[in-house]
Amino acid sequence: MNRGPLIFLGIFFALAFSWAGIVLTNQIQYGSLTPFYDEAEGQLFPQKPSGLAARGRLVYQDLGCLYCHSQQVRRPGFGGDTERGWGDRQSVARDYIYEPRVFLGTMRTGPDLRNIGARQASADWHYLHLFDPQLTSPGSVMAPFPFLFDYRRVVGERSAHALPLPADYAREHGLDRPGFELVPTPRAVALVAYLLSLKDTFQFPEARPYVPPQKTGGAR
Amino acid sequence: MASDSSLAASLSPNTPPDVATRAELSAIDASTRWPVIVFLVSSLIWLLVGTALALVASVKMHTPGFLGGYEWLTFGRARTAHLNSVVYGWSVNAAFAVAFWLMARLSRTRLRHPGLLLIAGGFWNLGVTIGIVGILAGDSTSIEWLEIPPYATPLLFVAYALVGIWAIITFRFRRAEHVYVSQWYLLAALFWFPWLYSIAQIMLVFAPARGTVQALVNWWFAHNVLGLWFTPIGLAAAYYFIPKVLGKPIHSYYLSVLGFWSLAIFYNWAGVHHLIGGPVPAWAISAGIAASLMMVIPVVVTAINHHLTTAGSFGALRYSPTLRFVVFGAVNYTMVSLVGSAMAIRAVNEITHFTHFTVAHAHQGMYAFFTMVMFGSIYYILPRVLLKEWPSAALIRLHFWAAAIGITVYWVDLSIGGWIQGVEMNNAGIPFLDVVRHTLPYLWVRSLSGVLLTVGHVAFAANVAWMLAAPRPAGATAPTLFRTPPALPVAAK
Repeated sequence: MNRGPLIFLGIFFALAFSWAGIVLTNQIQYGSLTPFYDEAEGQLFPQKPSGLAARGRLVYQDLGCLYCHSQQVRRPGFGGDTERGWGDRQSVARDYIYEPRVFLGTMRTGPDLRNIGARQASADWHYLHLFDPQLTSPGSVMAPFPFLFDYRRVVGERSAHALPLPADYAREHGLDRPGFELVPTPRAVALVAYLLSLKDTFQFPEARPYVPPQKTGGAR
Repeated sequence: MASDSSLAASLSPNTPPDVATRAELSAIDASTRWPVIVFLVSSLIWLLVGTALALVASVKMHTPGFLGGYEWLTFGRARTAHLNSVVYGWSVNAAFAVAFWLMARLSRTRLRHPGLLLIAGGFWNLGVTIGIVGILAGDSTSIEWLEIPPYATPLLFVAYALVGIWAIITFRFRRAEHVYVSQWYLLAALFWFPWLYSIAQIMLVFAPARGTVQALVNWWFAHNVLGLWFTPIGLAAAYYFIPKVLGKPIHSYYLSVLGFWSLAIFYNWAGVHHLIGGPVPAWAISAGIAASLMMVIPVVVTAINHHLTTAGSFGALRYSPTLRFVVFGAVNYTMVSLVGSAMAIRAVNEITHFTHFTVAHAHQGMYAFFTMVMFGSIYYILPRVLLKEWPSAALIRLHFWAAAIGITVYWVDLSIGGWIQGVEMNNAGIPFLDVVRHTLPYLWVRSLSGVLLTVGHVAFAANVAWMLAAPRPAGATAPTLFRTPPALPVAAK
């Protein structure tokens, strides 16, 4: 192997092969996947996210949430995803077509979040959990995000979003000054709106588990 | 530099070692001096930055309140800044330096226009700096291995183009008749990386593909950065330094051909194994698993070639720092690749996917293999371009043992912890927080191993700084070895 051009041709075609196979073929196969029209419901799924949730997705991106949380449910029988209640069905490619950036994730230091909006629908729970995960999940190793909250003087009425801190926690952490409240910043509001929007609570024909046809007898 | 002539000897056993060869190699080394120094010093600075960020991220994993109030150091950002500074800062800078030093030597030609490479070094490090600051400030793309924000990537691309074009020019001017196996790997790596990087940038950042096609592009890129960029550079260095230091030819030329082409064909399909069980076409996953298992061929072939070259000369590991680091890396390459193939099997992947097992695997690949080979290469190259010897054998010894023990504890510990985590996570009867709690001891041990790695890096940095600052000796000097080999009498200073 002393000929430069020959070596070059070889290395060119080696990568061209996988580039055509993995990147181009998949792009052609399902790079323009469309939503599914559910006749029973009379609407298209998946649905486009709200503007607030779209902004929250950017907060999720900038804080690096995907390094500990996946967003994909594996099929029943492969891993414990459905048994853990992370989703009623497996995730399929069509679920992701409106996501400008797909956060499938490769790590589950924390639980999967594909359906967190269905599993934990309380915004207050999410605010407390983001402010200090120990409040809702003692023993968790999740990072706290105190910088997504403002501790401020109540002006006029209390904020509807003010965090319902337990009294002894507030006392211990010096967050119990009278006339003050702990409120989420706009970024926290957007992030929680995004988390609540994460739910694939609709069916696609391709997401139903595959049932192998019965071989014995002719009964259907 | 008693072993310089063995380059010629390892290519063609009939070449007599002569003074002219040595003088020629010395002139070639001298032509690479400034680019090598610039890239290696930058890589070392990034290694220290990356190590500090790694410690912060590691401690946060078991003690989440640590520095919890600082947004720019929150886990998701510190971890990401760590990855990008050790990958694009340390590893790529070191790979560049080793690649063009090797390319010049093996092509037996002076490095032309080294000034061009200094400009490339400036662009590259400016790009990485802006990228890391951007990640810490919250501009990460959150695409694994491509987190550097889009406003910094064009700088990286310009730098890369300069290095790549330069390498092809050096190869074109080659005077050696024989193209050595290391050169195949270097040429391939230098050609593959920009292709991977530009496609990934276009299809993920500038004009994103729809849905989970992104995930396929992401892992086609991210796995190939390891397989088609760092692995070939690491193997090129191992293929050069093992025979070089031992002064004997590589075990088998034909095995090196087989190893090279089978790696080229199979590795670039393997990345899809990161998506097993995920919402992408099943055929793509199956192809990825098949390719991952086929990787056993190049790995075993390369292992035979490296280890049978070393076999019979294990005694040399007692003396040569370069050989000890590189052989440690080569042994880990064999292990990590076989584990990697096993991890692609569905039944194994069901457990190891989404766990610390993968983190252990990544560190065994990028550190126990690639980084250790780079350390060994630097111990060989730097004295030759600076015309000075390493000031302290004790610091090299400290570096080796801290790094070798540190990374071995790291990957063994996290592999066990990750396996337990995976088994427990698949058992829905165990509450999730219990699974988390059971990983804590392993995460603590990981932090301790990180402290050990830090000690090694500081020893290495101190030795390099000392060497740069020391005056150049007037006459010939003996190489700094762990201990003086009995068969090789060393000239008195």
